[in-house]
Amino acid sequence: MSRANKKTSQKLTLSKKQNISGWFFLMPATFLIAIMSFIPMFRALILSFKTGVGNNLKWAGVFNYQRLGQDTVFIQALKNNFIYLLIQVPIMLLLALVLASMLNNKHLRFKGLFRTAIFLPCATSLVSYAIIFRSLFAVDGFVNLILIKLGFLEVGYNFLAHPNSARMVIILALIWRWTGYNMVFYLAGLQNIEYSVYEAAMIDGASPIKTFFKITVPLLKPTILLTAIMSTNGTLQLFDESVNLTNGGPANATITMSHYIYNLSFKYVPNFGYAAAMSYLILILVAVLAFVQMKVGDKRD
Amino acid sequence: MIKFKRSFQYIFLTIVSFISVFPLFWMVISATNTSLDVTRGVMVPGMALFENFQKLISVQNVSQAMMNSFKYAIILTLSSLCICSLAGYGFEIFHDKGKDFVMAIILLAMMVPFAATMIPLFQMFSKAGLLNTTAGFMLPTISTPFLIMLFRQSARSFPHDIIEAARIDGLNEFQIFYKMFFPTMRSTYAAAMTITFMNAWNNYLWPKVIMTDQKSITMPMLVANLTEGYVTDYGVLMLGVLLCTIPTIIIFFVLQKSFAEGITGAVK
Repeated sequence: MSRANKKTSQKLTLSKKQNISGWFFLMPATFLIAIMSFIPMFRALILSFKTGVGNNLKWAGVFNYQRLGQDTVFIQALKNNFIYLLIQVPIMLLLALVLASMLNNKHLRFKGLFRTAIFLPCATSLVSYAIIFRSLFAVDGFVNLILIKLGFLEVGYNFLAHPNSARMVIILALIWRWTGYNMVFYLAGLQNIEYSVYEAAMIDGASPIKTFFKITVPLLKPTILLTAIMSTNGTLQLFDESVNLTNGGPANATITMSHYIYNLSFKYVPNFGYAAAMSYLILILVAVLAFVQMKVGDKRD
Repeated sequence: MIKFKRSFQYIFLTIVSFISVFPLFWMVISATNTSLDVTRGVMVPGMALFENFQKLISVQNVSQAMMNSFKYAIILTLSSLCICSLAGYGFEIFHDKGKDFVMAIILLAMMVPFAATMIPLFQMFSKAGLLNTTAGFMLPTISTPFLIMLFRQSARSFPHDIIEAARIDGLNEFQIFYKMFFPTMRSTYAAAMTITFMNAWNNYLWPKVIMTDQKSITMPMLVANLTEGYVTDYGVLMLGVLLCTIPTIIIFFVLQKSFAEGITGAVK
C-alpha cells in the first residue's frame, strides 16, 4: 500500500470516528422521540380504525371517522377550538407585539419593572390560573362584586353558566396568561434589529404607528411566524382551561377537543378507537394550519 | 404632542402591568382571608392563613403532592437537559446529510399533538407497569424537539476552532462537550431549565392520565381536586393555588435574566 493511500484511509477513519461519535450524541434523544411520539402516533392511527369498549377492539374501517360528523359534542368542541383560535390568537399576538415595541424603546423608564410584571402570568401553572379566573368570575366572585358596586348589575351574573360569557372568560384568561410569553420572543427578536433604524425613522418624521407597521412587523416576521404556529398548536390542544375553568360547561358548550378526547378515553366508558380518530383530526388540523401559515409567511417576502 | 404620546405609553403599560399582576395579588390576599371575606372583596391581608392551611391539610395530603411534584419535575429536568443538549450539540457539530435528515424528522414531532399520542402511550405504559411511577411521568417529555432545537441554535454560536484545538490536545468528543461546551452555554442551560421545570411542574393532562393512585398525584392535580366539592372555600382554594405557584415563581425570578438571554440566542 502506498503512503498516500494510507494517509487518506487514516483521515477517513478519523472522520468516520467523529461521525460515529456524533450518532452517539443524538441517539438517546432520537430514540426517545421515536418511541414516545412516532410509534404512539402510528398506533393511534391503527386504533382509529377499530371500535369497541376498553381493550376489546375489532376492526371497523372508517366507522369512527363517519361518526365524528354526527357527534354534536364533537362539532361543538371543534367550533370552540376555532372560536378560541380566531379571536384569542390575533388579539394576543398584536398586543404582545405592541408591548414589545413599547418596551424596546431605549428612553422608556421602569422598563424592567413593566417587563417583569407583564411576563409574570407565565410563571403560574395552567391549572392555577384557570382556578383563579374561575373564582374571579364566579357568581360571588370579585368581578361581579365590582360590577355591582359600580352599579352595572343588581345581582351577580353567572359568567360561567352562559355559553358566550363562559367562552369570553376563557379567551380573557388565555390572553392574560400568554401575552407576556409571546412578548419575550418579540423582545428577543427586536434585539437583532439595529436600534439606529428606529432613530433614523424618527428623524425622518415617521409616526410610531408607521414605524410599527413598516419596520417592526416586517423585520420580526420570522418570530411572528414562530409564535403564530406555536399559539395555533397550543390553542388546538387546549385542555387545562376547559377542565378547570368551566369544566366544559354549561352542557359541553365550552368543551375543547382535547377535553372531549380525555372524557371519551378516561371518564366515560372508554372508547379508545373513537377518541383516537378524533385525535387524528387534531393532528391533521395542526399540520394543515402550520403548512398554511408557513406558506403565507413565505409569500410576504 | 410628544409628551402626550409618552404619557399615553406609560398609562397603557401601567394598566397592562396592573391587569397582569392583579389576579396574582388577589390570590395571595385571598389565601390569608376567610372565604366569606374573599367574597366580600376584602383587599388587605387577613388573619386566616393558618386556619386555611389547617383546613387544607385536613382535606388533602399537601406534603405528599408537593414531594411528588418536586421529585418528578427535578428528575425530568435534569435528564431532559442532559439528553437534549447532547443531541442539539451532536446535530450541529457533527452535522451531515444523514443527521440533518433525522433532525428534520424530529422537528415533525413538534407538530404531533399530545392528544394523538396519549391513548397509545397510556396503553403502552399500563402494560409496562409504569403507571404511578416517576419514569411513567417523565418518559414522554424527556426528549423534546423544542429543547433540541434550542441547544442546536446555541451550538451554532460555539466556535469550531476551539473544538479543533481541543481535538489536537487529545480530548475526546465527549470531553469537549462536557469541558468546553457545557460551561460556556450557561444561559442556554438556564433557559432550558426554566422552560422544562415549569412545563414539568405545570403538566396536568398526562399526570391526570397515569397517576391513578391518590398517593402519586401532583400539586396541580391536588389543586384541581379542591374545586370538586359543591361549596368552594375560596381561602383554602387560593392557598392551594398559591402553594402550587410559589416554586415556579421562585424559579422564574432566579432565572429570569438568563432565561431572556437564552431565548435571545435561540431566536437569532
